[in-house]
Amino acid sequence: MLNWLRRPKYESVERRDIPAGLWAKCPRCAQLVYRKELERNLKVCPKCGYHHRLSGPERLRLLVDEGTFEEWDAELASVDPLGFPEYADRYRQAVQRTGRREAVLTGRGRIEGVEAAVAVLDFEFLGGSMGSVVGEKVARTFERAVELRLPVVTCSASGGARMQEGVLSLMQLAKTVASVGRLHAAGLPFVSVLCDPTTGGVTASFAMLGDVHVAEPGALIGFAGARVIEQTIRQKLPEGFQTAEFLLRCGLVDLIVPRSELKSTVARLLRLMSVGGEVTVDHRA
Amino acid sequence: MTTAPDRSEQERELQQLEEQLAQLQAASPDVPDLEARLQALRERVQVLREALWRQPTPWQVVQAARHPQRPKLADYLQRLFTDVVELHGDRLFGDDPAMFCGLARLDGQPVVVVGHHKGKDTRENVHRRWGMPNPEGYRKAARVLRLADKLGLPAVALVDTPAAYPGVEAEERGQAEAIARSILTLVQLRSPVVVAITGEGGSGGALAIGVGDRVLMMQYAIYSVIPPEGCAAILWRDAARKEEAASALKLTAQDLLELGVVDEVVPEPLGGAHLDPERAAQALREALVRHLREVQAVPPEERLRRRYDKYRRMGRFTSHPSDLLAGGW
Ligand SMILES: [Zn+2]
Repeated sequence: MLNWLRRPKYESVERRDIPAGLWAKCPRCAQLVYRKELERNLKVCPKCGYHHRLSGPERLRLLVDEGTFEEWDAELASVDPLGFPEYADRYRQAVQRTGRREAVLTGRGRIEGVEAAVAVLDFEFLGGSMGSVVGEKVARTFERAVELRLPVVTCSASGGARMQEGVLSLMQLAKTVASVGRLHAAGLPFVSVLCDPTTGGVTASFAMLGDVHVAEPGALIGFAGARVIEQTIRQKLPEGFQTAEFLLRCGLVDLIVPRSELKSTVARLLRLMSVGGEVTVDHRA
Repeated sequence: MTTAPDRSEQERELQQLEEQLAQLQAASPDVPDLEARLQALRERVQVLREALWRQPTPWQVVQAARHPQRPKLADYLQRLFTDVVELHGDRLFGDDPAMFCGLARLDGQPVVVVGHHKGKDTRENVHRRWGMPNPEGYRKAARVLRLADKLGLPAVALVDTPAAYPGVEAEERGQAEAIARSILTLVQLRSPVVVAITGEGGSGGALAIGVGDRVLMMQYAIYSVIPPEGCAAILWRDAARKEEAASALKLTAQDLLELGVVDEVVPEPLGGAHLDPERAAQALREALVRHLREVQAVPPEERLRRRYDKYRRMGRFTSHPSDLLAGGW
């Protein structure tokens, strides 16, 4: 969707600002941070608290108990349904660069011992964009959660619907929303974690239908791209527009949780929202 | 065959002839040989129109979908329905003039109608934001659709919007949530829902009221995840390559029928519904009534299951990743 306009700009900034050297430059405070220290600090800038973006696997490691993740549908891949210009090449490059097949990782695992179905969007893979595969894997996650009586946790980081699959990507909004509807009807909890950035078609579908919305500090969350809005209203946007803090004030997210507390907060929410032993807790964990 | 330069020349000529025809029709009857000249002009216009529209380019279709004289919601309300009563307000924040909601009769049967409300001129369009809803528009639609559910009335949705409104207040009031919630309302509605894309189907703003048991699309309507201009700007950093983008996006009714996104293409007069709005409306009415009858005959539980499966099946992918890097796709 429109948010694609902003994506390439950020990517180049990120690549330039976090080179593969020993030191990383924080895009917010511009201070140099020792890379190992940044990693130890869950990629949160120790100087200013900026939450660097995490890849899908990094997010999964942060959230799910070690050794408990069982991946689902890893074999699903795009078929370039429209024969869209440059898509096949860009897709192959993303596969080669990330070693993953698509922009979402789904499966089941434990979060502080609590069994959950998990879907983690991967901004590193074509901007976390939702095409046929992402939509299918997310929908299957909600459907399996209903079958297995599991709560669902999604972590979103996405530029929106994948332009290169055209209106089929738009239809993934309807597909994923429908599957969330089944989870709600089954009385199972859904925690939607909104990471930087969550925009466009992902925000306008499953990510905004959580029972509880948890955002990371400073995360960009919105529907329309800031540049498109600026061009339309011909005014400067207000300070902090479309940040997690802005959304909290607007009543659109429940909690802003620093990365170091994300896992424990999600686990506490899942325990609180479980009814009559619906949620399986492995106490050995 | 060098169709591209031919086409733009033909388009210019057609436009000139149409103007001449309009002038001549308005001329006084004592112009010598008026009837013969009118007849000759009409024939030439018809020949050109057929040449241009037998196999229109996707960009031609985009232009037809956005044609200023293209029939709008108000035309269809008047031509398709009787007893129309508009309902206002989302009961939460306000009333959005970009979204119409109301009760009406279709073929004598009471129905709920929701639809994007583009205006007929600039003044009205400023008021109605060119049919680009704010969150309260989707929330009003969802409220009125729930009324359809309560009363067991079928719902008809008419889609014609460039996009969701890209505004600061729309974000503050949670337009993403409003769109998602509206989609959820339609997915779970027990009442039958038939959707018609009559003009522009602009991404999330269109889909918010575009989910139903049947989705019809007018022959020269478009439906896309992004406008061709925006797509071209991203792909080639050049919005002027919108014509290529329009082809790449597969946004015409015929494309979407082949992709399984729409169920039927409703024929329009050659060159666009604006050339004969009544004929276009008749074809749409016939299709709406027929599809509504079919889905009404299905028991509610079965209808809900089929609607879920319809959207569940959308999209194309493979479970054989070996195809992928071998270039076999
Ligand atoms: Zn910093």
